[in-house]
Amino acid sequence: MLLEQLNAPFEMNQDQKQQVLFAELLALTDHHQAHCFYYQNLVENIFVQKHFKQNEDLPFLPAQIFKYLPLKSIREEEVFRVLNSSGTTGQQPSQIFLDKAAATHQAKVLSSIVTNFIGKKRLPMLIVDHPSAVKSAGMTARAAAILGFSSFGAQHTYLLSDEDLSLQVAALQAFLEKFPQQPILMFGFTFMIWAYLYEYCQKNNIFLDLSQVILVHGGGWKKLANLNIGKETFKQCLAAQFNLTKVHDYYGMVEQIGTIFMECEFGKMHIPFFADVLIRDPIHFQALGVNQTGLIQVLSILPKSYPGHSILTEDLGKITEIDECLCGRKGKVIEIHGRLPKAEARGCSDTHQR
Amino acid sequence: MQSHNEQRLKEVFSRVFSVPVETINDDVKYRETKNFTWDSIMHMSLIAEIENEFGIMLETDDVIDMSSFLKAKEIVAKYVND
Repeated sequence: MLLEQLNAPFEMNQDQKQQVLFAELLALTDHHQAHCFYYQNLVENIFVQKHFKQNEDLPFLPAQIFKYLPLKSIREEEVFRVLNSSGTTGQQPSQIFLDKAAATHQAKVLSSIVTNFIGKKRLPMLIVDHPSAVKSAGMTARAAAILGFSSFGAQHTYLLSDEDLSLQVAALQAFLEKFPQQPILMFGFTFMIWAYLYEYCQKNNIFLDLSQVILVHGGGWKKLANLNIGKETFKQCLAAQFNLTKVHDYYGMVEQIGTIFMECEFGKMHIPFFADVLIRDPIHFQALGVNQTGLIQVLSILPKSYPGHSILTEDLGKITEIDECLCGRKGKVIEIHGRLPKAEARGCSDTHQR
Repeated sequence: MQSHNEQRLKEVFSRVFSVPVETINDDVKYRETKNFTWDSIMHMSLIAEIENEFGIMLETDDVIDMSSFLKAKEIVAKYVND
């Protein structure tokens, strides 16, 4: 199985990768048709094409469908873990069913991607969230992300208070003094980093040197886009306020948990070899080429317990280059442009309400 | 790993999960325990406690692979000589 080559997630070039992936994705499409009644029905009724020759031809499900149908290709008694999407009040959360093998695979895949960027050694870890974020009933996507990333750290310290999400400045300073001049991993959702770390320090004239920090953040830009804050501003502000320059944004979703796209040291977001991305026209759904903006379709060979191997998201983006990034990672580079207008807020960072 | 470290490891599990040390055996598995909860939150506490007890720092892959007491014994043995 391909997943055994996890130690090299970015070494396969696109041509090679496409062929290898197609065989696996085709097999998954058959597998889910055989084991998931709803999926079989959807594919049968919606997709006219029955002979698939390449990734573009494969059926894809809209991400929202996981809110409405309990899609799984395993028996009830094999369900090991159910993940729920963030979903704010009034929104129906998605449900993702994992069996034991899937739960293990997603953790290993996430590890192979993240350690490719931050190294295999676990680092002292700061979490820009409050401790109860992981303690609520049921496994939310937000808790799953925090706990998933916790495997890469040690001495986990939550930086926000449970009461009012205020930054625990003394605890942060003590942590920095305890681990001087060594890499520290910081994890948080994009909006939380902005509002509760950056803005808080800026408004209260708190000056901290976070030059040793490697920041990994994700969960959606929609809230910041509404404030007109883009990726570049975000980075510039963190650099100016904290001397924090090692910043890795990631893109991921509960429907393909484990498979994330992560930003390299050159600011390019990379797709690991066991996943791929197609861009589709938002109206006619035909596949688009490099540098054309459209809806992002994510493909991953990971989802075997539920039919999530080919999903059309509501996010817009484009492929900007293939096999060419200066960091040496192969495959496609994607730029995310945010939600299709009218799409509901659903990212971990966006469903946080204040 | 021989019995001394196995005993220490049992005591760590017993402390973290607040259960008698006799209840810890090779059949204790992540998310499949009956009388106590070993979930992803408790997992991080368990890892921290193992690291304190043995004075070691586990690699990420070992944190993920530690899915049972049996597995924990094998992993700790890689870092600690009896």
